[in-house]
Amino acid sequence: MSWNDLIQSVIFLGVLLLLVKPLGTYMARIYEGKPAGVNVWLGPLERGIYRLSGADPEREMSWKTYTAAVMLFNIIGLIVVYGLQRLQAHLPLNSMSMAAVSPDLSFNTAVSFATNTNWQSYGGETTLSYFTQMLGLTVQNFVSAATGMAVLIAFIRGFIRKQAETIGNFWVDLVRSTLYILIPLSLILALLLVSQGVVQTFNPSAKVALLQPTQNADGKPVTEQVLALGPAASQIAIKQLGTNGGGFFNVNSAHPFENPTPLSNFLEVISILVISAALCYTFGYMVRDKRQGWALLAAMLIIFIPCLWICVHFEQIGNPAFDRLGIDRKAAASQPGGNMEGKEARFGIASSAIWATATTAASNGSVNSMHDSYMPLGGLVPMWLMQLGEVIFGGVGSGLYGMLAFVIVAVFIAGLMIGRTPEYLGKKIESFEMKMAALILLIPHMCVLIGTALAVVLPKAKAAIFNPGAHGFSEVLYAFTSAGNNNGSAFAGLGTNTFFYNIALGLAMFFSRYWLIIPTLAIAGSLSRKKIVPATQGTLPTHTPLFIVFLVMVVLIVGALTFFPAMALGPIVEHLMLYAGQ
Amino acid sequence: MIKEQVKPAILIFIILTVITGIVYPLFVTGVSKALFPKKAEGSLIYRDGKAVGSSLIGQPFDDPKYLWGRISATSPAQYNASSSSGSNIGPSNPALVDEIKGRIKALQAADPGNKAPIPVDLVTSSSSGLDPHISLAAADYQVPRIARLSGLPEETVRGIVKQHTYGRFLGLIGEPVVNVLEVNLALDGYKNK
Repeated sequence: MSWNDLIQSVIFLGVLLLLVKPLGTYMARIYEGKPAGVNVWLGPLERGIYRLSGADPEREMSWKTYTAAVMLFNIIGLIVVYGLQRLQAHLPLNSMSMAAVSPDLSFNTAVSFATNTNWQSYGGETTLSYFTQMLGLTVQNFVSAATGMAVLIAFIRGFIRKQAETIGNFWVDLVRSTLYILIPLSLILALLLVSQGVVQTFNPSAKVALLQPTQNADGKPVTEQVLALGPAASQIAIKQLGTNGGGFFNVNSAHPFENPTPLSNFLEVISILVISAALCYTFGYMVRDKRQGWALLAAMLIIFIPCLWICVHFEQIGNPAFDRLGIDRKAAASQPGGNMEGKEARFGIASSAIWATATTAASNGSVNSMHDSYMPLGGLVPMWLMQLGEVIFGGVGSGLYGMLAFVIVAVFIAGLMIGRTPEYLGKKIESFEMKMAALILLIPHMCVLIGTALAVVLPKAKAAIFNPGAHGFSEVLYAFTSAGNNNGSAFAGLGTNTFFYNIALGLAMFFSRYWLIIPTLAIAGSLSRKKIVPATQGTLPTHTPLFIVFLVMVVLIVGALTFFPAMALGPIVEHLMLYAGQ
Repeated sequence: MIKEQVKPAILIFIILTVITGIVYPLFVTGVSKALFPKKAEGSLIYRDGKAVGSSLIGQPFDDPKYLWGRISATSPAQYNASSSSGSNIGPSNPALVDEIKGRIKALQAADPGNKAPIPVDLVTSSSSGLDPHISLAAADYQVPRIARLSGLPEETVRGIVKQHTYGRFLGLIGEPVVNVLEVNLALDGYKNK
């Protein structure tokens, strides 16, 4: 790792942590309905939405009603995004005359965006009209993120309430997340991005003359360049903040029109983690014990920081296969060096590897470099961060409720060790909570491993593999890891726009989103009915370094034990072969 | 229980679609047009009233008198700005070494006397296939060749490269880079003077 790599990662972490408290406090005040600026100013709009839609903000929901509302709202979203793609040829704002998207790809994209995964089987500028991008994808970017945040807040209420039958009102949580948190932050970020050169226009593609005409693959002369444009900045802002990650353009945030400068890159990579990190503080604020929030954030950082440096380290070393070719890949003031295959010159190694780690720790999945071309162990880091269940920051809302499921498992194990009934924040953890937490932990793992196993057995699925050998297996494992944890990034060599992958990955995304939301809300319902037991001398404190380390161990052991065999067949064996010169 | 949620679900979906899918992007577009009209529409470069490129999107160069950029993996032609793509070649794929060897051969054929080690970004594919930049080292490597073939003094070429060099943000974030298309436009402009 060079000095600059170290400096850039420290600045990144520093700025991120500085934002946790102010943003976390703001969000807590929004959810608690206390005045916090924007909600005073936009209050009439919020109340207008309830009046128009007939939702009664005062009426609280049981966990079952809350779940029904979440599912209804999400299914409507799914159907609309599917329909928009199928019908886009007949809809306005289709200046590039995009045809209807195929049924399997439409299904995949609809699930992908409704579940906050944003896996890209489609190629933005080559598949979707501006209309589909705006009314389909941009909307889902907002509401899928808001859904995750709403579920988290309902879950937190499970810890706060005493012998209560209700866990809040989904419509209120949804509207407040969108109106007061996601839209204001997106507006600011979008305009900052345009100031850096991110495009925001309804003009059709621009045509420019090439300075030096060239030839295409068939030997035909090419004299002009067609620049795909579009209302990108508004979508990119929410795609980062809402841990969505679906690109406006095919190569996502590597595209110079999505991410033109080191500053735009810095703003975007901070945005990827900032809400998830700040929600830890919101949690501490809402349960009236801020130490609990800091403890969860600390556990996340203990896993995140070493992963970040490992990834930077292997990318900075670069590819040993280049040694014999007379290439200079040593970092210097005049060049980043390292493994530059699939990376942009303006980002070099540090800004690319920091992004790769952040985007997979959070369930964002946007990329500013091609993960498929990472060194075997450099690419192992993003894959493993997803396999931990997207709880190291994770998706907005979903990351923290996933981490809280791990907390429940951790206090249960600790309870077994010391022979006491496990409790967390005064709530007794009993067999129902444990069963639900186990489901939350196991369903993504099941989707990943079963999906990968199927794909490497079926000949048609194998044909989509692009790179030979162990790396090809990594491509498949990465795809199901990404879909099965709602991340959305890819080893993009794998040709996944086929019937099998569109359906299989679509199902993996669906199950690992909604089959986790339901048990999460079930735990919330069960906890809210319980009494709060006052802390005694025998209570296990859950904010101490001891508990933080214990929680980290539980997360690591579950992740490592489940995936080590699969990792050994992919990146690990590739690394060994590469260094053996094979 | 479910029935009474259907109406709010549909109506709130429609209202949020209007706010986030129509009002929000239109508002951002309007403000962008007012504040950053050039940047919002693709940072186009004009010469004599004609658009000759974007300062953010690279173009293909293999003429030895020009500065060369990164390898582009877009199809059907390199630097196809309506279909961005990386190579996605894995680190152990033999195609990677082949690609690099081909590029080294081309660079050496264009500049037979140059025995300096080649900076890695000059022989590898960019992530977008549209990377407008190369590292300072990759530009330095090419300066003597360009000076010789364009008949300009090396100092002049270095000066042009320096003019189109962009540093790190605050000297710390990102990497310093040279904009390839801008340098080549300046080289052409310099000779036409």
